[in-house]
Amino acid sequence: MENKKTVLARWSMISIAAVCVMVFSYVPTASAFLLSFQTGKGANLQFNGFANYIRLINDGTFWVTLGNTLIYAAVEIPIMLFIALVVAVLLNDPNIKERGVYRTCIFLPCVTSMVSYSILFKNIFALDGIINNLLLRLNIVATPIPFVLDAFWAKVVIIVSLIWRYTGYYMIFYLAGLQNIDPSIYEAAKLDGCNFNQTFFKITVPLLKPIIFLTTIMALNSTLQLFDEVVNLTGGGPGNSTRTISEYIYDLSFNYVPSYGYSATVSLAVFALVVALTILQKEVTREKGE
Amino acid sequence: MNKAVSYSIKRLFLIIISFLSVFPFLWMVISATNDSADIMMGKLTFGRALLKNIRNAIESANLGRSFINSTLLSVVITILSLFICSLAGYAFVIYKNKATEVLCMIIVASMMVPFAAKIIPLYRMFANMGLLNNYLCIILPAIGAPFLVFFFRQNSESFPKETIEAARVDGCNEWIIFTSIYFPMMRSTYAAAAIFSFMAAWNNYMWPLIALQSESKYTLPLAVSNLANGFTPDYGMVMVGIIISTAPTILIFFILQKNFVEGILGSVK
Repeated sequence: MENKKTVLARWSMISIAAVCVMVFSYVPTASAFLLSFQTGKGANLQFNGFANYIRLINDGTFWVTLGNTLIYAAVEIPIMLFIALVVAVLLNDPNIKERGVYRTCIFLPCVTSMVSYSILFKNIFALDGIINNLLLRLNIVATPIPFVLDAFWAKVVIIVSLIWRYTGYYMIFYLAGLQNIDPSIYEAAKLDGCNFNQTFFKITVPLLKPIIFLTTIMALNSTLQLFDEVVNLTGGGPGNSTRTISEYIYDLSFNYVPSYGYSATVSLAVFALVVALTILQKEVTREKGE
Repeated sequence: MNKAVSYSIKRLFLIIISFLSVFPFLWMVISATNDSADIMMGKLTFGRALLKNIRNAIESANLGRSFINSTLLSVVITILSLFICSLAGYAFVIYKNKATEVLCMIIVASMMVPFAAKIIPLYRMFANMGLLNNYLCIILPAIGAPFLVFFFRQNSESFPKETIEAARVDGCNEWIIFTSIYFPMMRSTYAAAAIFSFMAAWNNYMWPLIALQSESKYTLPLAVSNLANGFTPDYGMVMVGIIISTAPTILIFFILQKNFVEGILGSVK
């Protein structure tokens, strides 16, 4: 029953959201694409063909920041998701008392703001921070480790911080996934004498494969856009050793001599990576579905 | 392995992970009661500087003003985005046809666009409109959130269409159906979406950092980050700032824990 009223209601209800998304998402993306073929400052922009793309390929800093971002992803994501999965499996065991308390504690880091916890961790890992104090008192090190000032340790600190903040977040997805597994499977495994390792790797992991895949993509996606933490923990330093690609885009646009055209080009590289990931996810889940 | 031993190991593991998760919070609260010098010495007991730190944070760092800014912005963004996105999500299900399906796909696809890819054009757009450093440039890009449209659409699928038909027979106008039937029935969906939207607005850092220039307009993440990255930061004061910016979200989490989790899981339904 299509009448005038429903047609009018349909389009007026959708229009505001549609206009917002067009104006603040698609128009900027399209103009970033146009910008990537331009050079100049402020309103003085000229087309310069593919020069920005050629610069991108030869830009050492771009590759360094992309590399940093990928290192974070490669180290952080497997460790974090593994801990999240193990914790979820343990929390799913009805024999464990105080499950709710543990779950709340482990989830709590996820409600902190990115800026706040980064500053907190910067203090915890400071030269005279609590970690160094502990290490000194336990005689593990003789001199404090310059965590935030050392190219290697700064990366470690960022990865540790990310794991602290997001493990509980991904745990929630695994807990939800575990609820959908028939408990009789575990009972059967128990009767057959399977131990924890066997049930974990032979039953839980295969059954949760779709969720593990999904969370991997989600984590990759958010790591590719990492900005707040790095800015507030290390500021990208020392040198460029912890700078992420998002921070590089920000610096190119607002800190260094502004070159909008080129930074738009770098941002499109991130965009391309995110789109590729999303397509990969859609393809794989489609295969699973059929 | 002995059953009791394996049980103890599991519990020990959970206790350690829980402790590691909570410890930074504990340390944050303890540090907020200490002087900057004590914090740097690694003091792990409560001190007496809490009131002084709070006074500093509010008087010299103006965190009270940033708190009000953040609260106002987040509440306005949450209300507007919930209204706009739930309307669209509802309409995409109730008035579904080929055209709306395509439009919905286009809107949801924009979730893929990383924010970094939009900052320069957005910056230039708002600069041209003369709206930089105006809260409109924070509010406008946030109210049409594709994720929320998607979230409401997913949750509207289960909304009973017979109810709508019945209301129409009773002579209800399409908008009345939305406001007085759909809205009250979907309260828990709205709660989950509100948490998601509020958190995103409250914690937003990158865009306000670019768009807001005068300190009197700063939101909490900007103000706290500024304090902490100053030349000789007063750590006690910084800790108070961190607590002020974390406490509201923790409070919401404890009050609405169930909706909170729903909101997170909503992204994968």
